Amino acid sequence: MSLELSDAALVARCRAGDHGAWNELVERFSRYVYAISVQAFRLSHHDAEDVFQEVFARAYQQLEKLRDDEAIRPWLGQLTRRLCIDRLRATAREAPAEDVEPPGVDETIAELDEAFAVREALDAAPEHCREVIDRFFCRDESYATIGAALDLPAGTIASRISRCLAGLRKVLEGKKPAASAV
Amino acid sequence: MSHYDEPRIAELLRRLPPAPEGWVRAAQELPLARLGLDDLVRRAEEDAEFRSRLTADLEAALREEGVDPRPEVVEALRRRFQA
Repeated sequence: MSLELSDAALVARCRAGDHGAWNELVERFSRYVYAISVQAFRLSHHDAEDVFQEVFARAYQQLEKLRDDEAIRPWLGQLTRRLCIDRLRATAREAPAEDVEPPGVDETIAELDEAFAVREALDAAPEHCREVIDRFFCRDESYATIGAALDLPAGTIASRISRCLAGLRKVLEGKKPAASAV
Repeated sequence: MSHYDEPRIAELLRRLPPAPEGWVRAAQELPLARLGLDDLVRRAEEDAEFRSRLTADLEAALREEGVDPRPEVVEALRRRFQA
């Protein structure tokens, strides 16, 4: 995902019917929506897929109603949260379900908000850093797999990851925490 | 945010793995679905004559159906027909 456009600019372009902007919006927030449903609400793969599609369908339909375009991420976070709860209520219909939320939802979403800020910093990093870091930490690929894909020795991958993490740390030390969806 | 040491950054990066590719693609195609592309695909599956018109010249067939053959529309349909 690229961060050439701010969230607000991206939303404005989506509203104007720019299909490329919609692709970018989905790409930018797909990990976040996915993580909330699977990690915070522990939905099954099938339920998480339904929620994922419903979140973006509603986002597309209701983009006009978003009052602050810069607040698209917390808005999507709230929408995901609501739809996850609906899904859990529907599946727990026959059980006493005063509170269907799994324990620790707020803490997990706060952690995901923080993870999103780190992800944004990574997306602003140079391409050679983005690729190795994403492959190693987010896609769980080994040094050998990454090295084979990028035609680099495994040792180079390890040192690049180390250097890029140090660079990310410097960037993050100067940043403020991201706004929470909770 | 001075508590960001490298292990913490790594831990946070691991919290956001990519969503399944098919889910992302389906969500990206939502606006196209609203153009009625799902109906076109269904018709193509059921109607051999319509399917051969689409295969012969997709852009022209879309125009005849009143759909603007924008590149993303054409690409999405080609992908669906190949699936």
